[in-house]
Amino acid sequence: MLELRKDIFADERDDNLNEVGKGTQRQDMLGHVTGTSTYFNDHKLQGMLHVRVVRSTQSHARLRRIDTSEAERSEGVRRVIRGADVPRNLNTLLSLINFGKDDEPTLAVDKVRYRGEPIVAVVAETLRAAAEAAAKVRVDYESLPSVFDVEEALKPGAPTVNETYPKNTFTYHERYDHQKLRFGDVERGFAGADHVLEQRYQMSPIEHAPVETNGSIAAPDTNGRYVVYTSTQALFFSLDTCAKILDLPSNTFHFIGGTVGGGFGGKVDTLTEPLAILAAMLTGRPVRYVLGREEEMQFGPPRGAERIYIKDGVMRDGRIVARQIRGYFDSGAYTRLSSYAVVKCAAHLPGPYTIPNVHGDIYCVFTNRTPATAMRGFGITGMDFALECQMDKLAHLIGMDPMEFRILNAYRDGDMKAHRREAKNTALIECVQVAAEKAKWPIREEFRRMSSRKDGGGARAAVPSTPREPAQPRSAPAQQRTSYDRGLSMPPQPDPPPQAPAPSPGHGATRFSSVFGTRRR
Amino acid sequence: MAKTPLQFRHNGRDVALFVDGGTNLLVVLREMLGDVTPKFGCGQGGCGACTVLIDGEAHLSCLTLAEAVEGRAVETLDGIKTGPNLHPLQRAFAEGFAAQCGYCTPGMLMAAKALLDRNPQPSREQVVEAISGNICRCTGYEPIINAVLAAASSRASA
Ligand code: FES
Ligand code: FES
Repeated sequence: MLELRKDIFADERDDNLNEVGKGTQRQDMLGHVTGTSTYFNDHKLQGMLHVRVVRSTQSHARLRRIDTSEAERSEGVRRVIRGADVPRNLNTLLSLINFGKDDEPTLAVDKVRYRGEPIVAVVAETLRAAAEAAAKVRVDYESLPSVFDVEEALKPGAPTVNETYPKNTFTYHERYDHQKLRFGDVERGFAGADHVLEQRYQMSPIEHAPVETNGSIAAPDTNGRYVVYTSTQALFFSLDTCAKILDLPSNTFHFIGGTVGGGFGGKVDTLTEPLAILAAMLTGRPVRYVLGREEEMQFGPPRGAERIYIKDGVMRDGRIVARQIRGYFDSGAYTRLSSYAVVKCAAHLPGPYTIPNVHGDIYCVFTNRTPATAMRGFGITGMDFALECQMDKLAHLIGMDPMEFRILNAYRDGDMKAHRREAKNTALIECVQVAAEKAKWPIREEFRRMSSRKDGGGARAAVPSTPREPAQPRSAPAQQRTSYDRGLSMPPQPDPPPQAPAPSPGHGATRFSSVFGTRRR
Repeated sequence: MAKTPLQFRHNGRDVALFVDGGTNLLVVLREMLGDVTPKFGCGQGGCGACTVLIDGEAHLSCLTLAEAVEGRAVETLDGIKTGPNLHPLQRAFAEGFAAQCGYCTPGMLMAAKALLDRNPQPSREQVVEAISGNICRCTGYEPIINAVLAAASSRASA
């Protein structure tokens, strides 16, 4: 049963949540169980043509020649579309909100930057005819060196993936190559810490794999307009993207969405609509362009991979006194939405904890991989995985209970967050307490009594003095072996004798002790 | 391309048409007969979204050559209601929130119906086995399994 903790969220919203906690039937359920919910592909239009796209077989190559003559003569083919046929053959999704430079063609012209990049679209009477003709398109590639690793891509001399961003990093505010967060002085924090732990985390790309693949149907409508049935998760976003690429006013299009057969973020990239509409414009016929299962799995944009280094300074009593994070988001060959994920990620550091010294550098990196996109909490999820693994390792390192360790370091109402906003309605302490209770995980009385609404703010609301960046050489991040990695059964290492005293008051680290009282097991 | 004549029963109605050699049943149902309840998810037997019953047995229509259903009875989700009344499985799916995006639902329902028609009181394991070829990406397996079991017990008590 749902439990509303109005004591914690008193000023958040009206108490009268008429629906929450009650079973209410979904409005689309009857359609789902009777099979009458209409997905884009359930529309059948008279004289519909089909699109098959020729995709790059290379990760990085110059296109010397594209020969479509045989494909054009192939049976059932109505049109072969090339990059030159696309009115504005360069776009970036977030240009609609003026964020980022146009960096991705609808159909590749001079170069391909990932395996599976669309080069030519064949429009034919049947999907089979389109596929047979597509197989007859001859592409002459001149292979270029590829880069698949985010850190390799940042090294001097790495191949340039995307000429729009010659250094293989997205450009923020027209000059910065990454998102930077500085709060306090991590170097001093590390110097005063009892332990410093540095770890490396690597996330894989994840394909959404919706049961319905990406696709759309476009058809000429009356008065020069086009009707578009689409699987998009973002109807107006897709509509405006098409208006830009096809260089037409957006009221040229009547987009009809509706039921999406699973999206999870994988249906916001407007992958099929521009070509479906263009094919309808060029042939005067309804056109369907649906990704096959292999295309969806191999070339549909995944959640991007992330590489994350976390270096923490922790005191024997459990206080984290410094956290330094370096993160690399693999955007693949084009920006799509990764630039935005990086901004979200930087704003999320150092996780839901109050740490007096925080240092973050997050990069949006281009590689010759499939472009990445949105997926459920992208920008945050991978980073949280790394942060929470790190929290377990730190708790283990100092021999503290992981739940109590989180409660001790949790942010509280009134604390200053690293991006200089006051924390409100934090409730992490209560979440951990409830989780512990439900899991029958014993935590000690003093941790059960702690509250997100007590003992926050005050000294913890101050912005610590943050040094200007010294011209320090970037040290290579490290991966330390810990007893944690060798299995939890191993007892934690005994504490080394204290070497340095905790950082002095006013610097930000020891003020914790006056609030929490320091203790250790 | 040579056309082959084809006759079969579609949800209790006799249909006759001509198909191209190699056409699969999913295309015949969706594109030629306009029954869009079976869904395309992969076209290669991997997802179960296209599941229909052929003479009462669950089959993947995307892997079934249209010619193979000559003279047989094909049942899809479009045919399982009785007039306006939902089938017990449909009711149980709706009441148990066993669908989210709904795309896997027609296939799930048909796989479940094949099971209940031959085994009205299946065990949980038998339900899991029966829908093991059907992928749901909206994390619906638990509610789906529970809904099938609920439908079975509602029929038993009816
Ligand atoms: S479409 Fe038939 S199994 Fe996926
Ligand atoms: S409800 Fe979306 S795939 Fe099952």
